[in-house]
Amino acid sequence: MTDNTLEMNEKPRSQWLDVWDQFRTHKGAVLGLGFLIFITLFCTVGPLIWDVDAAKLNIRNKNIRPIYMALFDSGAKVSWSNPMGSDNLGRDIMANIMQGGRISLAVGWTAMILALLIGTTVGVLSGYFKRLDGLLMRFTDLVLALPLLPLLLVMMLLFRDPLRSTFGPEQGIFILIVTGIGITSWMQTARIVRGDVMALKEREFVLAARSIGTPARRMITRHLLPNVMSPIMVSATLGLATAIITESALSFLGLGFPSDFPTWGKILFDSVDRMTSFPERVIWPGLAISLTVLSVNYIGDGLRDALDPRIRGL
Amino acid sequence: MLDNPAKPLVSVRDLKMHFPIYSGLLRRRVGEVKAVDGLTFDVMEGETLGLVGESGCGKSTAGRAVLRLYDITGGQIAIDGREIGDTPQSQLREMRPTMQMVFQDPQASLNPRMTVEAIIREPLDEHTTLTPMEKRKKVAKLMDAVGLNRKFAARYPHAFSGGQRQRIGIARALALNPKFIVCDEPIAALDVSIQAQVVNLLEDLQEKFGLTYLFISHDLSMVRHIATRVAVMYLGKIVELADRETLFAAPLHPYTKALLSAVPEPDPALARNTNRIILQGDVPSPSNPPKGCNFCTRCPAVMDICKQVEPEYREVKPRQFAACHLYNET
Repeated sequence: MTDNTLEMNEKPRSQWLDVWDQFRTHKGAVLGLGFLIFITLFCTVGPLIWDVDAAKLNIRNKNIRPIYMALFDSGAKVSWSNPMGSDNLGRDIMANIMQGGRISLAVGWTAMILALLIGTTVGVLSGYFKRLDGLLMRFTDLVLALPLLPLLLVMMLLFRDPLRSTFGPEQGIFILIVTGIGITSWMQTARIVRGDVMALKEREFVLAARSIGTPARRMITRHLLPNVMSPIMVSATLGLATAIITESALSFLGLGFPSDFPTWGKILFDSVDRMTSFPERVIWPGLAISLTVLSVNYIGDGLRDALDPRIRGL
Repeated sequence: MLDNPAKPLVSVRDLKMHFPIYSGLLRRRVGEVKAVDGLTFDVMEGETLGLVGESGCGKSTAGRAVLRLYDITGGQIAIDGREIGDTPQSQLREMRPTMQMVFQDPQASLNPRMTVEAIIREPLDEHTTLTPMEKRKKVAKLMDAVGLNRKFAARYPHAFSGGQRQRIGIARALALNPKFIVCDEPIAALDVSIQAQVVNLLEDLQEKFGLTYLFISHDLSMVRHIATRVAVMYLGKIVELADRETLFAAPLHPYTKALLSAVPEPDPALARNTNRIILQGDVPSPSNPPKGCNFCTRCPAVMDICKQVEPEYREVKPRQFAACHLYNET
């Protein structure tokens, strides 16, 4: 008993340390995390180092090829002042990708978090409270049945100008796009979470918590949410990808950000018609989008495993 | 025993728990499953009341209804002098510490995402204002009490064996110093060697903390071991309730007789001579129970009156209650 009392005085090992230990064993997740940190730094810190104005036109230096083209083709028009080349208006592509990445990542993350919050709330509420179930699920079906792109277009037309005048052109459009994408992509999450919550609700440990007198609020946060973590994580990773791509599609249709405001999707679409002569203009933003989405997918996978104590082996 | 000074800690009167059946296109209410249909019993302070019956007879539902884990259809439940039959769930919260439950499946009754310490600490978090340090000490004490190594506090339930998990469940039930614990088939999911350990643990704890149990089981020999009095349930009703010795030595109700004759006899010589009462047919559906006595469809001693009139549940002999027409003089 004496050595036991001694042992009880030391602090228990933090759960998050165990989670990190398990996360580290997932190679893909660590690589993904590394790339995500890299791309985030590239977009946020990058412009401070490479301080070229992304929107500055320079017609004399238009259509410069990336610097590595000199290796294959000695006659290529390259210049160290535009290491990734410039576009048909002479704008620096590297500065554009940095600037566009900021917007794309910000839109992706915010819209994903918004969709996740709405989806999880609706899912948990309708799964846990039987009275709300019918109403909330019919509402989900309603939103699910709406054609998304036309709906977004109508939203843009209706709310663009008031938001622009209150928050400024960039801020206003950002809020509009994020809410637009957020409130049109939460339904899958809501349905998955609802199904899982309904199954969990009948498990005996929830009954045990009720016999203790745990109120509904803490029942949800303590017993249900940790157990629906895996599907939420999966929808989160998918949601980020969809948000970035939807934003590109909107920009392509001319209803996203203004034309002098680069995002990855916009750079991509602007370059599609000259793809054969200048493939790099499609490859770089495309690669940035796909690698970001892929790395987030891997991180989600690793986190899901790391948060499950059965896999963690404790 | 006869001049028992103990007062009832739990008294249940005419407890009914019906589950509605919805069916058809409009989800109309077409009937109800009468899982528990008029239970009346007392549990004395410090005793163990065994509740036995075959699968599906409503034992577990009865146990859960007594703790008001369901909103009951009708009847009165008084625990420790307080009527809780129709108290709303929100007001029941303060009563929860007096009454706790040990669940059947130790695998399903522990949250897989919580450590053992968090599981045992949950009742303390909900009902006490101890500091985190005091809670940890209390959890360690509880783990000692149920025979778990306190070094395992940071582990998760999946890392334990069935018996150990059941100990975690028992420790959680004990955390608030309850007076009354419903044990809902606590040993059914365990293998035989562990069953004895858990039952002995429950007995030790009863002695140590002065607990009162409602022990639900279908294992008659285990009930004979642990219970002070035994109630036999059939199709949502108690058919017989008596002291353990009386019930096992001289059962009154034909169903009890049949149930007891099904207990395996270890001595092969004796086993050959016993006359097993083998019941014919199946248990009728609780959504459509037979008219008259619930047992009349399978009873070996069935009479005409059984199919017409429901027998009254009454004290046939001193301290022995039964509901059967055989003992009702006409």
